[in-house]
This record gives sequence, C-alpha cells and structure tokens, in this order.
Amino acid sequence: MVVWKKLITPVDATDKTPYQRSFYVEGGNFTYAGIVSTSIKSILKQMGLPADVVRKAAIVSYESEINIVSYAKKGVIKLTVDSQTIQIEAIDEGPGIPNIDLAMQEGYSTADQKIREMGFGAGMGLCNIKNYSDTFNISSEIGKGAFLKMIIDRH
Amino acid sequence: MNIETIIKELNLKLRSATGDLKKNISGGYTGDLLSDVMANSHEGDIWITRQVHQNIVAVASLKDHAGIILINSCEPAKDTLERAAQENIPIMVSDLSAFELSGKVYDLLAKKD
Ligand SMILES: Nc1ncnc2c1ncn2[C@@H]1O[C@H](COP(=O)(O)OP(=O)(O)OP(=O)(O)O)[C@@H](O)[C@H]1O
Ligand SMILES: [Mg+2]
Repeated sequence: MVVWKKLITPVDATDKTPYQRSFYVEGGNFTYAGIVSTSIKSILKQMGLPADVVRKAAIVSYESEINIVSYAKKGVIKLTVDSQTIQIEAIDEGPGIPNIDLAMQEGYSTADQKIREMGFGAGMGLCNIKNYSDTFNISSEIGKGAFLKMIIDRH
Repeated sequence: MNIETIIKELNLKLRSATGDLKKNISGGYTGDLLSDVMANSHEGDIWITRQVHQNIVAVASLKDHAGIILINSCEPAKDTLERAAQENIPIMVSDLSAFELSGKVYDLLAKKD
C-alpha cells in the first residue's frame, strides 16, 4: 500500500516569525506527485489564511511540483509565510529550460507520451503559475536546472 | 444536490465511499487535462473525467471538488482508491460518455438547488 500521509505537523502562524518549510521532490516519481502541494495547502489552511489565497498557493505549488517530477532529476519546494506574503520557491536540478519565452507559451509542451497519458502536458502549467501568483520570477541555467519564485499577497 | 442524490439519479457505481456524501455539489467540470482542471474548475464541483491515475485525487483535493465521476465505465486504479480514502474524495463510475454524463449532471444541477 502506498503511504500517502501528510507531511504536516500543526503550525503556529504568528505574524512576527516567518514560517519556513522545505519539501523534497523526486523527479520521475509520479506515485507521490502532488503530496507537497497538498501539504502546503493544508498548512496554509491551518494558518487560517483566506480561501482565495490558499487556492492560488495550491495551484502554483502543484504546477511547479508536477514540473519537477516531470522534467527534473530532483528539486526542493520552499514555503515561506510572513505577515504580508506567501512565497513559494521551486528549485530543481535537471536539464533547465532552454527557451523560457517558448515554455511560457500556452500549449507548448515537451511532455512525453507516458506523461501525457496521465493527463499532463497541456502546456498550461507555467501559465497557471503566472496567472495565479501576484509576482512570478523564472530563470534557468541549461544543464543545471530551473528556479521559480512565486509570491502571493495575503491581502 | 449532493453525491448521494446524484448516485441515485444517474445510477452511478460508488468506488470510494470516502468523504462527505451529503456535501452540496455546486457545479461541475469536465476535462482530462489536469492543468486545465486546475485552472478552470471550482470548489464544490463534481469533476467528470476519463483519467483513472492516482494524480486525479491530488487535483480534486487541491481544488476542493465534491467528488470525481469516471466516464465510459473506466475503473479507478488501485492506488487511486487508496489515495482517495486518505484525501476523503468520493469516486464514482458511470457507463455514459463524457458528453452524455455532463448533460445529465448539468440538468440535475439546474433543476434542484
Ligand atoms: N522544471 C523544469 N525543468 C525543465 N523543463 C521544464 C520545467 N518546467 C517546465 N519545463 C518545460 O516547459 C514546458 C512547459 O511547461 P508547462 O508546465 O507550462 O506545461 P507542461 O508541463 O508541458 O504541461 P501541463 O503543465 O499543462 O501539464 C514543459 O513541457 C517543459 O518542456
Ligand atoms: Mg507542467
């Protein structure tokens, strides 16, 4: 049986101390794909953040997690919550993104058959990330990996 | 309209009886591309899809869907059911196509609120 347990422990989100947490993401392993974003959503919900803010964070963390699983060797997703913002960073070791403008185009995808059969590969993930974050930065070094930083305002 | 009623009305087979079967269904979304569903579905939706892989559970959970209906008698994978139990997502199976099922769900939601 697949162990699909939450990675979370109860959180105490005070406005003074920024909450920080890092999650490891294994490339190529679709069995656990989604567990990090599900955990991030639970943490933010527990903090009592507004529903629309939690929703946006869930979408951007999911899409970046799936991209690491789909395209990279391994990666880390870092969650930081302070009094003003939620920051989600996705840092991976992998091939990187040779042409970021092209990758950002809706519909562009290099997903292989195996990935497409599971319903990925619409070429919408990075667009979703851009649309659902208030600030979005993406950079990449070819042959090294990709770096994404999403900021969502807490209002 | 809740999961229990929709099961009765549309003759669905319940494959994962987890989650709240009395929870209100506020809308629906039909799609097989996970990023499309992530972007365009809403909380409380019933999600109609042919994807049986366990990743559908994470999507439904992240989007707070009321449940998932698989079309064309597609059966959920074993891993999908295990994950559904842990994430409290009801999963049902219909023998109708996505087109027919979506039409019927749409009518039901329009009729009874
Ligand atoms: N972390 C990454 N490392 C290397 N390449 C990436 C990474 N993330 C995205 N890409 C490249 O950018 C393309 C577009 O990514 P995007 O997430 O928008 O769509 P997708 O993953 O192909 O499909 P979808 O997200 O809709 O399931 C990918 O097909 C891939 O070529
Ligand atoms: Mg993607």
